[in-house]
Amino acid sequence: MSISAKPKAMTSPSRAKAKNKELGKKGLLTVTGFAVALMFLLPYIRMMFTALTPNDELYQIPADYFPTRLEWSNFITVWESAPILQYLINTVIIASAATVVVLLVSVPAAYYLARFRFRTRNLILLLVLATQMFAPTSMVIGIYREMVALGLVNTYLALILVNAGFYLAFSVWILSGFFASIPYEVEEAAMIDGCSKVSVLWRITLPLSLPGLITSTIFTFITAWNEFVVALTLTSSVEIRPLTVGITGFIGLYEVQWHYVFATSLIAIIPVVILFIAIEKWLISGLTAGSIK
Amino acid sequence: MTTNTVAPPSRRRKKSLIQRFLAGPLPWITPMLILILAIVLWPVYEMGRTSVLEISGSGVTKGFAGLENYRELFDNPNLLGAISRTFFWVVTVVAITIFISLFLAQLLNAKFPGRRFVRYALIVPWAASVIMTATSFRWMLDGYYGILNRILLDLGLVEEAIDWMGSAETSLPWLIIVAVFVSLPFTTFVILAGLQTVPGEVYEAAKVDGASARKTYFSITFPLLKTSLFIATVINLINVFNQFPIIWVMTGGGPGYTTDTTTTLMYKLAFRSQEIGQSAALSVVNFGIILIFVLIYIRATGFGKKED
Repeated sequence: MSISAKPKAMTSPSRAKAKNKELGKKGLLTVTGFAVALMFLLPYIRMMFTALTPNDELYQIPADYFPTRLEWSNFITVWESAPILQYLINTVIIASAATVVVLLVSVPAAYYLARFRFRTRNLILLLVLATQMFAPTSMVIGIYREMVALGLVNTYLALILVNAGFYLAFSVWILSGFFASIPYEVEEAAMIDGCSKVSVLWRITLPLSLPGLITSTIFTFITAWNEFVVALTLTSSVEIRPLTVGITGFIGLYEVQWHYVFATSLIAIIPVVILFIAIEKWLISGLTAGSIK
Repeated sequence: MTTNTVAPPSRRRKKSLIQRFLAGPLPWITPMLILILAIVLWPVYEMGRTSVLEISGSGVTKGFAGLENYRELFDNPNLLGAISRTFFWVVTVVAITIFISLFLAQLLNAKFPGRRFVRYALIVPWAASVIMTATSFRWMLDGYYGILNRILLDLGLVEEAIDWMGSAETSLPWLIIVAVFVSLPFTTFVILAGLQTVPGEVYEAAKVDGASARKTYFSITFPLLKTSLFIATVINLINVFNQFPIIWVMTGGGPGYTTDTTTTLMYKLAFRSQEIGQSAALSVVNFGIILIFVLIYIRATGFGKKED
């Protein structure tokens, strides 16, 4: 081989090599990524196949990998096999009402905390942070004793208030972040035009903070939707019990109807996953805002 | 959030009493304060009070008990096991979670086709109710009908089906795996958020200087992740310490009390053994432990110091 040809011969294969290496890296990342995704979906995939398993194939020893046919009617049967519908209604009532309460108290508070500095401001921020850090689990005995004293055991109201009280911090962080990012001049201009503080908030600030409101709403709703410990402690009847507690009721029994348990679970999981993905962008800032502020 | 917009002092004009009231913090903050007071602070008081009361199994208060409940609690034969298990449980779950999350965050920070799908898949265990996730694991691990035994039998890894939840030796590792599984999404996303704050030029400069990928990671990326890692660690410590649904659904703390943590023991004392006083005493202890974590968190993040 002649010396003069060497440089040329070197460049093009090495460039191709680099490109190949890049492609190989991308390929490896994709394969790893999909393997990771599969790992995270596995329990839910199993849930799905179990939910679609016909009655007579449910209790195979050892288990079958997949059902021989998919029994879609399980999803219909589950509605008829009472109390599931009732549980679902209870969950919707509790989660919606808790969300409304959170918005009602956190919008004005977040607005004031974002816009004004006053003497007790830090103390209040600290209190809000405490509600986020002290999950209801560690206080469940105190919550129970309080609700006994108030005569609120086994009522929607107790669950609504507990969910609202413990999960309002996220809303306060997210909303005050949004409110603070709106230039004060915008509001000032409206005030000069004769708007009161309340109507400025209502007509200008809130519409501009719509993504924050949506994020708060979805997050509070889902957290209340998934809440378990307090509901387990405070509910004793089917009329009040939410889905999370209702499902565990099926499990202790002699023969668990797993396909119905999981059909119900999927009905509960799918909508919240979609909602959660919708607010993904804001989640971390709301959950860790107490530290960043 | 660095905006420091402060309302200019309102011009002294004659305002009605209502207007002046509406301009102050009270009407804006009070509803939230009432809710926090009634729902978060009152239970703390109730816990403390109940822990020094003598309460019958049916819930009737018989009188002041002093520290009797605490003495009974510390004499409880299941307490020591639960405490050491809780320590092991929290440290193991959080350490494994952080370790794996560092890799996952790195993966999700890289560009590759299908990354969005992987991110969404990671959100599923986060959004789904932990109770339902744990229930699915329990079903997969079922001694008779579980898919795991089938897989292990087919692979020839076990001779006969294993009753995974039948004893603490086999169930505890699974409880830890499931706890890690549900903690990974949040932790990964916190670290990912940290990674995305590292400016791209820093990496460019390192590349120009000929630093290896490994060196770049340990001397540039990792130090910049300190804050995110700290936040993720403390929040996870609290969450895992408080973790109740996984243990409750998969083993119920059993057999006996062999997989109980202080959190599940607290619950069982109150609602299984009807020992409300002892349970309240334990919850005061638990609350104290979380308070320490929270104080560390608040101190280290300099809460309030950056305020004007």
